[in-house]
Amino acid sequence: MKGNRSIEEINEKVKSGSAVVFTAEEVIDLVEDKGISKAAEEVDVVTTGTFGPMCSSGVFLNTGHPRPRIKFNEVYLNDVPAYAGIAAVDLYLGATALPKTDRANRYYPGEFIYGGGHVIEDLVAGKEIRMEAEAYGTDCYPLKKIETSFKLSEINEATLYNPRNAYQNYSVAVNLGSKTIYTYMGILKSNLGNANYSSAGQLSPLFNDPLLKTVGMGTKIFLGGGTGYVAWHGTQHNPSAERLDNDTPKSPGATLALIGDLKKMNARWLRGLSFLGYGATMQVGIGIPIPILNEEMMKYCSVRDQDLYAPVEDYNRNYPYKEGEPLETVSYAELKSGSITVRGQKVPTASLSSYAGAREIAAELKSWIKSGKFTLTAPSMQLPTKDAGIKLNAMPQRNPEREADC
Amino acid sequence: MIKQKIVLRYPPHVVEQPTIYHLIKDFDLMVNILRADINPKKEGRLMMELSGEELNYQRALEWLQAQGLHVMGLEQQIIWREEKCTHCGACTVICPTEALKFNRPEMTVSFNEDKCIVCEICLRACPARAMETLVDNANLVK
Repeated sequence: MKGNRSIEEINEKVKSGSAVVFTAEEVIDLVEDKGISKAAEEVDVVTTGTFGPMCSSGVFLNTGHPRPRIKFNEVYLNDVPAYAGIAAVDLYLGATALPKTDRANRYYPGEFIYGGGHVIEDLVAGKEIRMEAEAYGTDCYPLKKIETSFKLSEINEATLYNPRNAYQNYSVAVNLGSKTIYTYMGILKSNLGNANYSSAGQLSPLFNDPLLKTVGMGTKIFLGGGTGYVAWHGTQHNPSAERLDNDTPKSPGATLALIGDLKKMNARWLRGLSFLGYGATMQVGIGIPIPILNEEMMKYCSVRDQDLYAPVEDYNRNYPYKEGEPLETVSYAELKSGSITVRGQKVPTASLSSYAGAREIAAELKSWIKSGKFTLTAPSMQLPTKDAGIKLNAMPQRNPEREADC
Repeated sequence: MIKQKIVLRYPPHVVEQPTIYHLIKDFDLMVNILRADINPKKEGRLMMELSGEELNYQRALEWLQAQGLHVMGLEQQIIWREEKCTHCGACTVICPTEALKFNRPEMTVSFNEDKCIVCEICLRACPARAMETLVDNANLVK
């Protein structure tokens, strides 16, 4: 490839319907066939996708005021509590919130049939949501109690804001213990009965731009079937994670905070989930376009499952008690083959993130770009990279002797 | 010879009858019990594989129905709601018989009813709750 390609040049081609777009899966064969330089010359954009459980997700709602007005103090949507500690009729509903009546893990393992993620799915599906709200009443907001219902189309705003999504890599979960355990990584059978992973690997957005050279604040993306934006770096963003020669991290690395208009999303790509013995959460569909500005970006986007590695962690002791080290490092090619080897034992694998969904999202985003309706954005600010010197902190525990209850 | 997996549903008033004894002694059938349970309403459910002469098998089914039992095919017990399935694959390492299988390279889940032994573990292992059972939905035993 001679020289570089600018976002503006790419957008000119997008608008004229002549942009050449490949998914991150399709482009692997192209690069193998033609080499990086030739492929970079040909391709304008590579689309990525992921469709996995992402607990750090939720929605800001503004319900509008009743008459007389109210300042919410406690609010339940289909019995699921929403956070009301902001302005009068503003709310934040988190994906893992549970109804007060949920028995949680009292009858272990609990089922967690309905939570915040399910309310969000129902909202997007256009279903009527029951609301119960209580207030203490003020001179300006006199109403103390209201029971009503609403649909998404009837309220002022619904802004999906997910503080941590699109993890760049994730640990593989196994169980070295002698009993089945129930985790956010699914059911883990005893004595290495199975290994669960959660990344789309070669299709995953941040594996295709490992050093965040094109994905940054303000990047326009596919979010929940609609359009969204990268709002900030995600919580627990860890660009300092140790990296391979291809710049991808060997363990959970960068994360993104995402924002978008829930009213324009699709319930197919925002799904309430119930993890036995763990809780409720939401499966979020995300697709990020990577502009092929130069050969370097083409090289990043041609990364294959056999070049990407994840650590295997024991969720019986290693993860919950922060003990020991990862048991193995395995490639996504091995994970996707159906089994990996841990401590000499063959362990069947399963994914929590839907690769079929990731594929579909990358293809959908590709069709949006090819049809000219989705242009690319240059970030208005770069997110912290490995040079930022970020170090993940553990929680300060001032009185550890009082905290032995588990 | 015939070999069939069936489910017998017992209303409370027949749940204490020695049905299996009669299937073997009177109809010369081979019985392989896969699963049996009685719920708090005293309704019973028995899943089994029956094999024997076709004529005997047909007569046995008629006899079972005459006793007030409901006879169903095993494959009707667990339903895969494909429209709810996100094809993650979490169920495929939990299913003991590979009735729920992960297909590669398609990376999709499929459900083979013939292999299902109605252990019902998938009902709660599926995060999207795409697996359902008839037993909870339909009040087949009145």
